[in-house]
Amino acid sequence: MSLRRIFAIFRKEVIQISRDVRSLLIIFAIPLILLFIYGYGVNLDVKHVPLCVYDRDGSQQSQDLLKGFQSTEYFNIVHLARDYPDVVRHIDSGSCSVAVVIPPRFAEDLRNAGSTTVQAILDASDSNSASIGLGYAQSIVAAYSSRVQVDWAAAHGAQPPALPLDVRARTWFNEDLESMANIVPGVVALVMAVVGAFLTSLTIAREWERGTMEQLISTPVGALEIQIGKLIPYFVIGMADTALCAGASVGWFQVPFRGSWLVMFGSSALFLTVVLSLGYFISVVTKSQLAASQMALLATFLPTFLLSGFIFPIDQMPVVVQVITRVLPARYFVEILRSVFLKGTPVAMIASQLTALGIIAFVLVALATRAFHKRLE
Amino acid sequence: MNGNQNGFSVSVEQLTKRFGDFTAVDAITFSARRGEIFGFLGPNGAGKSTTIRILCGLLAPTSGRASVAGLDVATQPEEIRQRIGYMSQKFSLYNDLRVKENLEFFGGLYSVPPSEMPGRMAWAVRMAGLEGRERSLTGSLPVGWKQRLALGCAVLHRPPIVFLDEPTSGVDPVSRRQFWELIQEMAREGITVFVTTHYMDEAEYCNRLVLIDRGRIVAMGTPTELKSRSMKGELLLVECEPLGPALAALRALPGVAEAGIFGRAMHALVADSRAAAVPVRNALLAKGLDVRRVEPIRPSLEDVFVALTVARRPEGPALPQVRA
Repeated sequence: MSLRRIFAIFRKEVIQISRDVRSLLIIFAIPLILLFIYGYGVNLDVKHVPLCVYDRDGSQQSQDLLKGFQSTEYFNIVHLARDYPDVVRHIDSGSCSVAVVIPPRFAEDLRNAGSTTVQAILDASDSNSASIGLGYAQSIVAAYSSRVQVDWAAAHGAQPPALPLDVRARTWFNEDLESMANIVPGVVALVMAVVGAFLTSLTIAREWERGTMEQLISTPVGALEIQIGKLIPYFVIGMADTALCAGASVGWFQVPFRGSWLVMFGSSALFLTVVLSLGYFISVVTKSQLAASQMALLATFLPTFLLSGFIFPIDQMPVVVQVITRVLPARYFVEILRSVFLKGTPVAMIASQLTALGIIAFVLVALATRAFHKRLE
Repeated sequence: MNGNQNGFSVSVEQLTKRFGDFTAVDAITFSARRGEIFGFLGPNGAGKSTTIRILCGLLAPTSGRASVAGLDVATQPEEIRQRIGYMSQKFSLYNDLRVKENLEFFGGLYSVPPSEMPGRMAWAVRMAGLEGRERSLTGSLPVGWKQRLALGCAVLHRPPIVFLDEPTSGVDPVSRRQFWELIQEMAREGITVFVTTHYMDEAEYCNRLVLIDRGRIVAMGTPTELKSRSMKGELLLVECEPLGPALAALRALPGVAEAGIFGRAMHALVADSRAAAVPVRNALLAKGLDVRRVEPIRPSLEDVFVALTVARRPEGPALPQVRA
């Protein structure tokens, strides 16, 4: 190992990156673009569901119930229907995704029979939003129903009925249940994986394609010296991108940061080592910039996006897929990031994730080193 | 310096390299002495680059032995790389680096002491004739300049042996001449220069050379030796029109061992060129051909090459294509 040779490779790589517009664009533009697309574009919260109301009773009671829908941010009443075909038309056209129909003898039935029904019609072409919307509607109706019972009991001088179970939910870590707070730390992982692996996937392949590799391997420089010298600049770039994304998450997207910055950057360094080595390995094996960059994107973007738990919860996946996620570095890194951003758990609690990342990093570094040979065949 | 007892910088014995079914280098044996310009001459695809790559440790030999500076290429490639400079056939400096940056890069890779770098770089820049262009991007230089810079990068660390693989291919005649002057200068300083070329005229610059064709050595020696020894006879230059029938007629003549087209004329191999000149002229005139010139000439290396390879080729001689 010669520091002189490592420095020569390092310096050459830095000069080349600084003169390559394409690299600079990827380094600075891609992180911000991804952060804003996912920060703003991926909103898993169901709010302001467009609601169509068909009040066939028109009584004081039916209006009381509808006020419940009006006063919440979960629904927007966008249409008051005159008849059923009108309801159907609005559901069909998609201008409303939920319709609430109050039956003609709503107030009367409540008074006499003590019970009545309200109809909800849902556009379930987006089943997720529909079931969430139904949940909201049921809880509004339930709240109204218990208020009616209390009023009835008071009016008749009876004891108000005791509710069998009173759930008082307290949401931890992400108090406002904002999906953005959950997603943005995941975007940090996505940016690092994509940018890191993409840039290094070009570095060896470019030398083969331009014919400079033959000259390079005819010199005394060692495989490990090339690897270290080439990866250090990308490591620095990756850490800068991490800082940029983390800063934007906290400063711009107002995601809370409760953990330690040391853990955050320490685990980022591990994860970067993984993705840089992965890109480097792909570059060594393919020897073609086009093939290498496509493989690098495929190997980082899709698994990180789909399987890391970044958007889709891992415990909701089929068991086979859950097992597969265990070899995904991004899975552990997303867990660590969520923990340092939202929970601020002590390091001991994420030790297993850090260990897993460390093992994967070691394996990939070794693979990349062993794959490189100073031979033309 | 070369660490070799018998005085050979490069020594090759029964070296063979196969790629699948194809034998690129077929049991060749030769050796190059310290401080000589050793030429490796042959058409494209003859196995020159393969041999040079084996000697630089870039390809593993299939069988046979080769040593460079007394070190075995199969087992000590890293030690060899410390002691050689290599210029690959394809231009392989970084086009997006400045002239100075390329030199600094290779100086670093070869661990040239930092205190010596300014002096060495100034020497390389002067040698390559690139004074004042140190800050130019390498990609913006003309081909001939790039090749001289590549040579500068390859010898910046003063290796005892340099391997130059077709260093002048694609370079204009003036730059080629300058390049060969550089090579001769290095040889005078005691550097062994191992150089391949497919330009036959360049072989005249070599102290010793090997003619290689389809993986096999067809002749070896100094240019003069090759010319006198390898030609079984003497040469007649024949200018006669039309060329096609003239060549056929020439080949049919008794006393003409070989005949081939060289440019717009023909060369004929005869036992005694002075004695054969008049009978050949008369025979061609008798066929009604337009004979312009028939005279004895001294053989060039190209003639030697053709004479040596023609017997091995069922399809006739593959003429080296370029003559400067």
